[in-house]
Amino acid sequence: MEKLESVPPPADGNSRRGFFQAGILGLGAAIAAALGLPALAYLLTPPKSKQPNRWIEIGELNQFAAGAPIEVAFRRNRTDAWKVVSEKDTVWVVKRADSSVTAFGPQCTHLGCAYHWDDGRQQFLCPCHSSLFRIDGSVISGPAPRPLDRYETRVENGRLMLGSLRTVGERQA
Amino acid sequence: MKRQVESLAAWLEDRTGLPGAVAHFLDEKIPASGGWHQVFGSVAMFLFLTQAFTGILLAFNYAPTPGEAYNSLRYILTEVAGGRLIRGLHHWGASMMIVVVVLHMLQVFVFGAYKKPRETTWMLGVVLLLLTLTYGLTGYLLPWDNRAYWGTVVTTKIAASAPIAGPYVTRLLGAASGVGVVTFARFYAVHVLILPPATLLLILAHVYLVRRHGVTPQPGDELLPKKPFYPVQVFKDTAAIFIAFAVLFMLAVVAKVPLEQLADPTDTSYIPRPEWYFLFLFQTLKFFEGPLEIVGSTVLPGLAVLALFAVPFIDRARMVKVTRRTVAIGFVILAGIGWGGLTAAAVMSTPREAVAQVDYSAPTDWIQLSPEEMAGIAYFRQESCASCHSAGSSLGPDLTRTGIHKDAAWMIRHFKQPAAVRPGSAMPPVELGDAQLNSLAAFLLKLTPENSTALTDAPDFAVRGAVVYQDGHCAACHMVNGVGMKVGPPLNGLAKRQTRSWVDDHFANPRKLSPGSIMPPYQFSAEDKKNLTAYLFSLPE
Repeated sequence: MEKLESVPPPADGNSRRGFFQAGILGLGAAIAAALGLPALAYLLTPPKSKQPNRWIEIGELNQFAAGAPIEVAFRRNRTDAWKVVSEKDTVWVVKRADSSVTAFGPQCTHLGCAYHWDDGRQQFLCPCHSSLFRIDGSVISGPAPRPLDRYETRVENGRLMLGSLRTVGERQA
Repeated sequence: MKRQVESLAAWLEDRTGLPGAVAHFLDEKIPASGGWHQVFGSVAMFLFLTQAFTGILLAFNYAPTPGEAYNSLRYILTEVAGGRLIRGLHHWGASMMIVVVVLHMLQVFVFGAYKKPRETTWMLGVVLLLLTLTYGLTGYLLPWDNRAYWGTVVTTKIAASAPIAGPYVTRLLGAASGVGVVTFARFYAVHVLILPPATLLLILAHVYLVRRHGVTPQPGDELLPKKPFYPVQVFKDTAAIFIAFAVLFMLAVVAKVPLEQLADPTDTSYIPRPEWYFLFLFQTLKFFEGPLEIVGSTVLPGLAVLALFAVPFIDRARMVKVTRRTVAIGFVILAGIGWGGLTAAAVMSTPREAVAQVDYSAPTDWIQLSPEEMAGIAYFRQESCASCHSAGSSLGPDLTRTGIHKDAAWMIRHFKQPAAVRPGSAMPPVELGDAQLNSLAAFLLKLTPENSTALTDAPDFAVRGAVVYQDGHCAACHMVNGVGMKVGPPLNGLAKRQTRSWVDDHFANPRKLSPGSIMPPYQFSAEDKKNLTAYLFSLPE
């Protein structure tokens, strides 16, 4: 058997050679698939999230004055893959006369700069590219593509709680 | 189409010469006696590449510092898709590589393929074997669990005992003041920065030498025409690689690689064991005591490595047929018996795990549950609730997914007379006492899709231990996971404060060990006591 291979290929020599070539390719492809597909799943599938978003208390509702927006600092635990990081975060709280509350994420929806409340103009102003927002978060002018992001809010025993941050739709064209 | 391929090939050939080089490589002429016995080198190279591939994937989700390393590995195992498989491939691939490298050396040894002019090929091979073992030694520390930590403590102590070089080696390993962050950084750097490029270069040199001298012919080959490497021998190599890979994949899927608790340098009760391929060294060490210890730890292994290097110079006889190499074959058999005997002796002298260990490579949501809820899991399992209430069954609702919107009173009525609260229910009544039904209800109320892994992953010893805890009304004085009373000390973190034997003795006669204690004595069965202690020791701090 072994000696045949070195003899110039007889009539069936090509099919024999073809069998070995197909075998090499087939087995190689099987191994590549068995390694490659799990690798893709490993890199591309989002990891199971263990920690659902918790509600965070940021203070007594009474302590916030109605009217002008107030920037409130708080600490939150954020799960970052295998780490839980405790980090400082801020929120712009707008309390209206009827005690209803809106809480805006602290970053401009354009490129993420920290905006502030301009008391004179009664508008939110982003210093980076001059985006302007109304007190309800909607865009007045500037490059911001959508209104300010809002936290889910809930009042529990007179305490203001924050949920997760949500975007509020794209700006109408 | 065919013409385009041909012109592309011609272009590549002209600009790079690559197709010609590959054709030249594949067309190597090998002796007529070549065949299945020569596949091991290719398999070893394949396994090396697989290790590199899975190692890189692990590194994508791994933080190489103590503590973080452990947490990120847990994250890979419990949260990343395919993480368990990738880690399994890397873990078992290391063992497979040792096996295949040794088989490769045995084949070369038995066939006398190290003889003139192939001495340097053999010596490079010995260096590659040592590199493979170094991968095992350094990779062992990287999970940073108890096993990794204590295993490495022993390794560095052995290195420290080496004559003259000992203190310097210890400093080089960053272990002068014990195994710590520096040791870890150095082991990691060796494992991922030094070894892979070194292996790659040495494999290239090794393969170059094989090409330079040709595959070793056997006596009689000179009379027969040579044959090309491709496709028949390449097919045999590929088939062998496929078989090796299939075995590796099966191991990675079937054989669970546990992760022990985070490395605890204060856990003096831990008995470290090396990886199976180092067990023979571990056993050899036991024959030498006191000042002779360095004979077993460094002198003998050092001489063995030297002898391995010197093989081509010790045996300079002319090449003869394999079947007549009786001395070489006898030597291999003797070495095999010696290695097997030492390994078997080491395995037999390994104490059976006296206490149950928690496997942290699986989700451990159960660790947060109260003893009452844990006991509920025991009853859930005992009454085989999952045979109807599970994802795979349509008989009852899957309790892990739906969430339960009933209160405890409803559940307990439902347990006692299922059809009374849910007309038409085919569920048989649960025959348990009120306290047990309360436990079951407490657990089910706590069950959410997020912590449902507790149902399958809570170890048996822990749920049984929790039942003993409930039956003994321990919660009337003690607190676990925030549930219970504070008359006695809270039991979280007990593992840090007391030893297992202290706790075991304490049950029978509390006042003897803690004078003034008001805890009543308990007479547990041996089984109950073992489960209860193991459960209490598995509690988080």
